[in-house]
Amino acid sequence: MSIYILSHDSENCIGCQACEIHCRTNKNLGPGPAPCQILSVGPQERNGQPHLRFVFMPCFHCEDAWCRRACPTGAMRRREADGIVHVDAALCIGCKTCILACPWGAVQWDPVTRKAVKCDYCMDRLDAGLQPACVTKCVTGCLSFDEAAHLPDDRRRRHAEAVAARESEA
Amino acid sequence: MNTVYSLCGMCATRCPIAIQVDNGRVSWIEGNAHDPSIGHSLCARGGAGLALLADEERPQQPMIRTGPRGSGQWRAVSWDEALDHVATGLKAVIAEHGGRGIALSDRGGPFTDLTRSFLQALGSPNYFDHDVSCGRNAHHATRSLFGRGRTELTYDLRNARHIVLYGRNLVEALQVAEVKDFMAALSGGARCTYIDPRASLTACKATRWWRIRPNADYALNLAILHEVLRRELYDKDFVARWVTGLDYVAEAVRDTTPEWQEPHTGILAAELYTFIDEIAEAAPRVIFHAGWMTARHRQSFYVSRTAHILNVLMGAIEVPGGVVLAKSPADLGRQGLRKLSARLPPVQEPRVDGAGTTLPHMDPGAGLLHRLFEALETGKPYPVGAYIAYRHDPLTALPDPPAVQRAMEKLSLLVAIDINWSETAWQADVVLPEATYLERANLLGMKDGARPAVVMRDQAVPPRFDTRPAWWIFGQLARRLGIDALSFDRIEDLWAYQLESTGITIDELRRTGIVFLADKAMLFDRESLRFPTPSGKIEFRSTVLESAGLPSLAPFQALAPLEEPDQFRLLFGRTAVHTHGQTMNNPLLHDLRGDNPLWIHPERAAALGISDGDPVEISGGDHVATTTVQVTPWIHPEAVFLLHGYGRTVPLQTRACGKGVADQRFLGGMLGAFDPAGGGNTMTEACVRVRRLRP
Repeated sequence: MSIYILSHDSENCIGCQACEIHCRTNKNLGPGPAPCQILSVGPQERNGQPHLRFVFMPCFHCEDAWCRRACPTGAMRRREADGIVHVDAALCIGCKTCILACPWGAVQWDPVTRKAVKCDYCMDRLDAGLQPACVTKCVTGCLSFDEAAHLPDDRRRRHAEAVAARESEA
Repeated sequence: MNTVYSLCGMCATRCPIAIQVDNGRVSWIEGNAHDPSIGHSLCARGGAGLALLADEERPQQPMIRTGPRGSGQWRAVSWDEALDHVATGLKAVIAEHGGRGIALSDRGGPFTDLTRSFLQALGSPNYFDHDVSCGRNAHHATRSLFGRGRTELTYDLRNARHIVLYGRNLVEALQVAEVKDFMAALSGGARCTYIDPRASLTACKATRWWRIRPNADYALNLAILHEVLRRELYDKDFVARWVTGLDYVAEAVRDTTPEWQEPHTGILAAELYTFIDEIAEAAPRVIFHAGWMTARHRQSFYVSRTAHILNVLMGAIEVPGGVVLAKSPADLGRQGLRKLSARLPPVQEPRVDGAGTTLPHMDPGAGLLHRLFEALETGKPYPVGAYIAYRHDPLTALPDPPAVQRAMEKLSLLVAIDINWSETAWQADVVLPEATYLERANLLGMKDGARPAVVMRDQAVPPRFDTRPAWWIFGQLARRLGIDALSFDRIEDLWAYQLESTGITIDELRRTGIVFLADKAMLFDRESLRFPTPSGKIEFRSTVLESAGLPSLAPFQALAPLEEPDQFRLLFGRTAVHTHGQTMNNPLLHDLRGDNPLWIHPERAAALGISDGDPVEISGGDHVATTTVQVTPWIHPEAVFLLHGYGRTVPLQTRACGKGVADQRFLGGMLGAFDPAGGGNTMTEACVRVRRLRP
């Protein structure tokens, strides 16, 4: 798998879909393809209150990716240095085999270029020392990205702050 | 590649943005991190500004109508011809009715010095904003208590311990800084009580959702007030120092117990007791949000007013985590932007809507737009012959579009200035296409708040089409009417005029897009607050209201119950991916949410034989439309709900035209219905019938 982790904190997410738009505009995509997507499940009842669970679906960047194995032209590539799975558009013939092969529906179809498109963690931005588009502009900061070994976990920090707040109120 | 600092224009929040321009093309937009309340964040609408720029389904050059209104028959003309045509029409109206015969509406905001000055130059008092269909009730309620308008008070959400929201759907209104503060407060353990007949996304984030009966929130507040006073849970020092009329309020809520409100609201008295314990514990870091869009029912004004009375009782005024007064440049020892209106003589004529004269409790600053249409119909108190709708779409915003349209038929000149083919633009005599926010500069604006700032919208790229900025359009029109005070050759000349004696330079603004007038958010000393009310105090008993013959607190008036099995109150609201009716045709945003199914409660749906996804017919106010239903338990059984802004009718908007249904069309006969104390339209009082369509 890639050396990165793109983590999503559902509790702090508002389902605003800004990440989806920032992803699309960064990749010059029009209506249709969504290399990342926020899925809202619910509202479901939790203690009598409505609760929405948000699930963020970009790409898992699998080690031995189904999409890559399926690709007949070698367009679906894996960058060895960091494990990012990405489409080399020059080689893509738009046969959609990768779209069928991915168990999670991560690979998308771009009706304008008639080729496959998918999350590549905005590798052009990473190489420029920046963060992926979705993470950079996330409204609440519920998305974070780093090398997996370095990622600070907001859930731990939030839990610690809530514990401290309860103690100071008590 | 260069970075242009500017202000987003996808909604009226106008978040500071940084725009990267690459070979004359916008390649990236993000939040302007020079404003720490935003950072790099940008919402979906802000991101979709790139799609707006690329879109060709917007007016591309000035147009003069050649067929009947709404026929879609236009002649594309040069700017000179269009401006000459409008100027000739305006001169004819001035000759017949005087300058007061010209009215203009926009959507308010920090740049209205331009439009107000334009009317002032023509001798017209008839500037309107959109607020009767938005925050006018909250505005007047705030004024009646504090002598300050709605936006002259801010909420320190980030530091609050309990936030109470009356359908104020913060999460889907999505003002970036506000949502960040709200979510940070919740992450830090703050409570939120969200009161709405429907569970919006904000309800899903709140710690408590009260599924209140439609239009009953005033009864709830009267009961909360009753308990807070009975148990003496209020800040006695603050109230003694700053409040007049506490006894009056105590008398008004003497019998409005938690048990009394139960049948009105459907909220159990026991839950109210728990809630009151919580707010007493959290005080003074408690916010009863007085609302934003409060054009709901005939007592919405009193909902906002009692919310603010509760803030005062909690002592939550000018404290961290409470209500914080906005600071003016003068409060900070600074000079504000110089106004264009300072170059012009004041207007003496009374307003056509009576605001400030026959309706002395109504703020004459922006008036009551629904009363303009009444005046157009009757010609009283005086005739209005020309109307300019600038980036405002009354046919989408107000109840009963056919009634608005009938009133517009009386006009000899209807001009739309917009970036979109709005519903109103489609009916106009002349369309003057404004350049999009990425293609234009605006006059400078003030960002109000606890830490005020001067903000700049700068032009990032040249206009793609033959469109122009508003400062140029109004300046050119004024010049054709013989007024030079508003015409500037370059935006920099206008900015230099505004900035004189502020100590801020154009270069400084261009480097960061935003210049704060203070280092950090500022709190006044609570001993030396200033409230510009007649008494100088916070008026629980309002001199202004009572001299207009209105009670400071009215008794609760329950609406007549809906008794037929197919009758519902029609509620409306918004999604975070659209701005009212303005973005429905944006290619990317349309793709996220292209239509608006009708929410209905499962028990009511079952009784009508309706299942999730079924096609239904909705009828109300002489309007009938069909849509599909979304059956959901997260709505009060007495109500149905639609997202607002759909059901566009302009064929040139090929993506949005005909998609979904327009809630305002079911409000037949309600254009002139408004809260008598607050002026806002009563847009959630409408009743509709729903029936299943058999295939």
